[in-house]
Amino acid sequence: MAQKGDLLLQMKGVQKRFGGAIALRGTDLSIRAGEIHALLGENGAGKSTMLKILAGVHVNDGGIISLGDKTFITGSPEAAIAQGIAVIYQEPSLFLDLTLAENVFIGRQPMKGVAIDWAQAQVEAARLFAELGVPLDPKRQARGLSIADQQVVEIAKALSMNANIILMDEPTAALSASEVERLMTVMKSLKAANKAVIFVSHRLDEVFMISDYITVMRDGATVSENPVSETDLQKVIKEMVGRELTELFPKTENKIGGVALEINNLTNPAYFHNISFTVRHGEIVALAGLVGSGRSEVARAIFGIDKYTTGSVKVNGKDLAKGSPVAAMAEKIALVPEDRRQQGLFMIAGVNRNISMESFDRIKGKLFLNFKKERALTEIWREKLSIKYEAQSNPVESLSGGNQQKTVLAKWLATNPDILIVDEPTRGIDVGTKAEVHKLINAAAGEGKAVLMISSELPEVLGMADRIIVMREGHKVAELSRTEATQEKVIAAATTGSKGA
Amino acid sequence: MKLKLRLTWDTSILALLVTVWIAASLTTDNFLSSINVSQIFSNTSEITIMAFGVIFLIITGEIDLSVASILALGSSMLGWSYAHGAPIWLAILICIAVGTLCGFINGFLVTKVRLGSLAVTIGTLALYRGIANGILGTNTINEFPDFWTGFGFDTIGTSFIPQSLPIIILFGIGFGLLLHNTPFGRRTLAIGQSPEAARFAGINVIKHKIIVFTFTGFMSGIAGVIYTFRFSTAQADNGIGLELLVISACLLGGVSIFGGIGTMWGVIAGVLLAGSVESWLTLREINAQWRTIVTGILLLTSVAAPVLINKAKAAKARAENKS
Ligand SMILES: Nc1ncnc2c1ncn2[C@@H]1O[C@H](COP(=O)(O)OP(=O)(O)OP(=O)(O)O)[C@@H](O)[C@H]1O
Ligand SMILES: [Mg+2]
Repeated sequence: MAQKGDLLLQMKGVQKRFGGAIALRGTDLSIRAGEIHALLGENGAGKSTMLKILAGVHVNDGGIISLGDKTFITGSPEAAIAQGIAVIYQEPSLFLDLTLAENVFIGRQPMKGVAIDWAQAQVEAARLFAELGVPLDPKRQARGLSIADQQVVEIAKALSMNANIILMDEPTAALSASEVERLMTVMKSLKAANKAVIFVSHRLDEVFMISDYITVMRDGATVSENPVSETDLQKVIKEMVGRELTELFPKTENKIGGVALEINNLTNPAYFHNISFTVRHGEIVALAGLVGSGRSEVARAIFGIDKYTTGSVKVNGKDLAKGSPVAAMAEKIALVPEDRRQQGLFMIAGVNRNISMESFDRIKGKLFLNFKKERALTEIWREKLSIKYEAQSNPVESLSGGNQQKTVLAKWLATNPDILIVDEPTRGIDVGTKAEVHKLINAAAGEGKAVLMISSELPEVLGMADRIIVMREGHKVAELSRTEATQEKVIAAATTGSKGA
Repeated sequence: MKLKLRLTWDTSILALLVTVWIAASLTTDNFLSSINVSQIFSNTSEITIMAFGVIFLIITGEIDLSVASILALGSSMLGWSYAHGAPIWLAILICIAVGTLCGFINGFLVTKVRLGSLAVTIGTLALYRGIANGILGTNTINEFPDFWTGFGFDTIGTSFIPQSLPIIILFGIGFGLLLHNTPFGRRTLAIGQSPEAARFAGINVIKHKIIVFTFTGFMSGIAGVIYTFRFSTAQADNGIGLELLVISACLLGGVSIFGGIGTMWGVIAGVLLAGSVESWLTLREINAQWRTIVTGILLLTSVAAPVLINKAKAAKARAENKS
């Protein structure tokens, strides 16, 4: 059993190339037992690549990786697990029809003679959950569990396999505030048990709340490695982006015009009930609430991906046909969806193909698409959003997570919509670019566009929105103006708000 | 600078084509003779025409096994209506219209009734040929105007180029542009890459698929016309088994059976490869059963090879990294 402070993992001069692209050009990282270690850096800095090497997904090209006094066996996920390294992915992959205990012990069930000892498995699972500070019921099914709780099950599974280094790549990106707190509790329990946690996050406030050590990467190299007491937010940001950032939410006062989007009593019994609100030209309205409160479903219904049973959607006073994205796009509505991998992007297609996908009019000659114009369009957005890629024709799946998100944004912003609906627009985007995205959204509102923004990041909601609509369990529970909104009020409404409002 | 030959499916298929040509001309007397080359082109004309439609279908993630039955039904209608006194131009139009309708029915059943395209077109494969049988029975109609039966069989002037070749080349360029250089083609690829993302991109997936099915039927109708005149024969078992050649040509040409990937020039190379192998075997006087077996092997290779190539690449990368 490792003692607190023991050196568990050391990486020195680790390198990794993908074809011509250099992802890591010599990174160092030291991890001790009983430590929560944050790995920070701009999009494409190489954070996920580091974790994937440790998880056995990628083989490093050079450098030394040692676990205690042993050399790390690289390039095999099974070997990584056997060496005590476990990865918790952003989207857990539980078997939804199995119980939590079954999920924890899948493939390694405790045996009683020839039979599986489920009673023992349940006791064990319950003990692990209690240790993590989240007393889930081991007998319940995984289906219906929130993402945060699914992550807890994955962590329990990791512990049951005697993992002592736990990797988490942006574990909080898809969580709402209260769930983030829960995950932090779990991370603290891991720390108390002398495990090491390495996690990546672009939410810097969280990073400073929970971590003991911060390693900053830039362009595939380690820039600094400090105990949290010896650094601060400004310093970290400067190390990440290479310059000072003054304003995070550059809110501008825009002229607010007539009603652009009017939602009346929209209901889809499975997801949301009697939702009514308006968005005016030049206005940014935020939909706040917990993950799963029905916000994304409302956005999807407006854009026509899903149908709704009653109610109406009006654009500039005219009824919008339901269930038709084609009709929505004809009214110049754009929806930047929540799930970039499944909904937002064609992962095997090139960056240029993705960015031009909704803008064929812009790149069309008389009959055929003009590749030169497509290249220029892609270049414009690469510059605006500082998207990092080797070649325009590279498939988006080879881009880092944040750069994929920027590509989805570019794809829809390029359509120059009148009504812009964005669902978690800055998920996975680094601080520097986040400010750029916020500026772009503000500028869009400044041009008289109506913006409806769904975000689980409260500072983003409070910093950007003119008006905040809070949803809870499919109901609208509050509507707050910019001046009356506070963090406390939004959280209170999202968690305990009365559905009568 | 280091010159690296990239091991991709597109380069391998070209290499394979050249290998077959070399091997065939070494083992036979007249493989590369002008008559035989002309034969290869005209023998593959129906396959090529149908492949121009089927490539779009496979790229959207669907399949059509009924193309050869559509060809037969169209051909039977052509013969039947001509024999019953319809002018030849009308008989031709009927053939193409019937093909188009058959394609539309496939598309409708797949998208609106939501039956898988494999199940639907296995069904219509039997159905359309069954109707053709109902119309002509065992009769054969082989009296057609000379102008039309010569077309596609004769060569241009004294050259070895069959008259149908320029038309096929024009079609090839046109459909290549349609697939790679128009919004329609981009949407076709997008649907195959991710049907869900396609919906979020505002593509009417159902309508698009119906169009592609209908278009495939249309092309099969045209193939029916060519087949009828090339052999001067309208009968119910015309083109039996051609669907396998069409699909293997597409897959050989690098179209992914899972959708989302494919190039027009790859498919043309695939058709030529299938046609060349067939011609080689014929010249060597290898019988029909063996030719079918070879088609089967080609089909298997074309499905397995891309997967194997990817595995080999991964293994190579691993080996390089370890050294
Ligand atoms: N499979 C791959 N093929 C080609 N290039 C890749 C691949 N995976 C990563 N890269 C490249 O390596 C670099 C580092 O990517 P990585 O995913 O590690 O970044 P990251 O720090 O996790 O960024 P983000 O904050 O956006 O998640 C990027 O430039 C990326 O394009
Ligand atoms: Mg990443």
